[in-house]
Amino acid sequence: MRSIRRNSLHTIVRISLLFLVCQTSVLMLLAQPQPQVTVAAAADLSDTLKEIAVGFQKQTGARLNVIVGSSGNLYTQIQNGAPFDVFMSADAGYPRKLIAEGHADEKSFFVYGVGTLVLMARANSPVELDDLVKAVAGNSVRKVAIANPQHAPYGRAAVEALQRLGIYDRVAPKLVIGENVSQAAQFVESGNAQLGFVALARVLAPAVRGKVKYVDVPANAYTVIEQGAVVLDHGRNNFAAHAFMRYLKTPEAVAVLQKYGFASLNSNDANPAKKGTGQTGQKSQ
Amino acid sequence: MNWQALWLTAKLATIVSTVLLVLGLPVAYWITFSRWRWKFLVEAIVALPIVLPPTVLGFYLLVAFGAESAFGRWWESLTGHTLAFTFEGLVIGSILYSLPFAVQPFAASLAGVDTRLIAASETLRTSRFKTFFRVILPLSVPGVVTGIALSFAHTMGEFGVVLMIGGNIPGLTRTISIDIYDRVQAGEYAAANQTALFLLIFSFVVLSVIYALNRRVWAVWPFK
Repeated sequence: MRSIRRNSLHTIVRISLLFLVCQTSVLMLLAQPQPQVTVAAAADLSDTLKEIAVGFQKQTGARLNVIVGSSGNLYTQIQNGAPFDVFMSADAGYPRKLIAEGHADEKSFFVYGVGTLVLMARANSPVELDDLVKAVAGNSVRKVAIANPQHAPYGRAAVEALQRLGIYDRVAPKLVIGENVSQAAQFVESGNAQLGFVALARVLAPAVRGKVKYVDVPANAYTVIEQGAVVLDHGRNNFAAHAFMRYLKTPEAVAVLQKYGFASLNSNDANPAKKGTGQTGQKSQ
Repeated sequence: MNWQALWLTAKLATIVSTVLLVLGLPVAYWITFSRWRWKFLVEAIVALPIVLPPTVLGFYLLVAFGAESAFGRWWESLTGHTLAFTFEGLVIGSILYSLPFAVQPFAASLAGVDTRLIAASETLRTSRFKTFFRVILPLSVPGVVTGIALSFAHTMGEFGVVLMIGGNIPGLTRTISIDIYDRVQAGEYAAANQTALFLLIFSFVVLSVIYALNRRVWAVWPFK
């Protein structure tokens, strides 16, 4: 009896020691005075920002914390006081709305690129992608993944493209909806959906290189997916947040963005806030 | 209020709690009365969904359902479609996810039955099967009711697994919790609130009934 009790006492002591070690290491990490920026980023940026974070940290010594989600989702969180310093949205309409609502710093806003919508399949899929319409509407394809058009820009673009190509009604029964564009891609990568409308950035990511194939959706089939970044209220006094915005405009960062398929918008210098605000604002409702 | 999603969720929860009643009772019986020395491993497996985040279950189910896995390919060759994004897929996911919420109350109430009564039944040469249905089960009714109600309510409120394997198809896999989530994301707070409030009240009523039953208040049953 006594030995059992001593044994369990031992275990308790050991477990508490383990806890103590864990807690102290976490606290030590938290206590580091390293400057950091918390970026809420559209799902299509998850791989791009990993690479940008490395360069940013090397140059400024500040750490980049990235929170990824659908742009609409992040917008709602920011509206409700989420502690993010910078918002990088796949739809520039959301940061513009935040500026209008007084949650973001208007001066910091800029369009960092244009997103490209592609149709993807797994590399070993028998579906031919050359003819996009035939591929999507064909009988061998049973499930087509898209991001949620209610709050994910790429989902909205996908629905718009299907409508303009005149195949929405035929494809609608096949649609499965991912919470954001990454989940739509993951439905295809796991082999649960045959095709998916995703961001070009996703199919260019190193993790899926060689495992997927894709074709561009004709650019005239959907409204330009203008991507906008802005410093939020929470980051207004965080100098690292402003440093990050400056870093995004350096040739080094722009090269990474382009590598992941974010084409730069040539004419974005002349106050982009005025361009198309109404249009994107209405559509996201 | 999205009645389609509500009806779908109620259907899912009814099927899942019924399956868990049939499936969970033998498991609970075995857990209660087995003397196997490695029994604790089975108990741990049954309890896993309580501690695991639903994303773990959802992720593994998604991979298992997909054409990349042997199971996924076998199922597809059998039925012509994958299990993800289907109602059957949700049923399977929910059964796994709600398993402990049925089995643990079942097992607890089975274990609470006076062993002398079971022994008495055995001395009368009653079969184990008959002992279970005539002695053990009637004495375990409160626990069984708790298990059914908990697994029903837990499935009603399930979110993570459905989000990961459902594909958000209206009338097929868009359950009430997903509907609420979508509305919040889209900024439709009033509509979200309506449904959320309904779910809140519903869950409160279910839990109240369970606790009333367990305390033998029988507020809804005035006869003795």
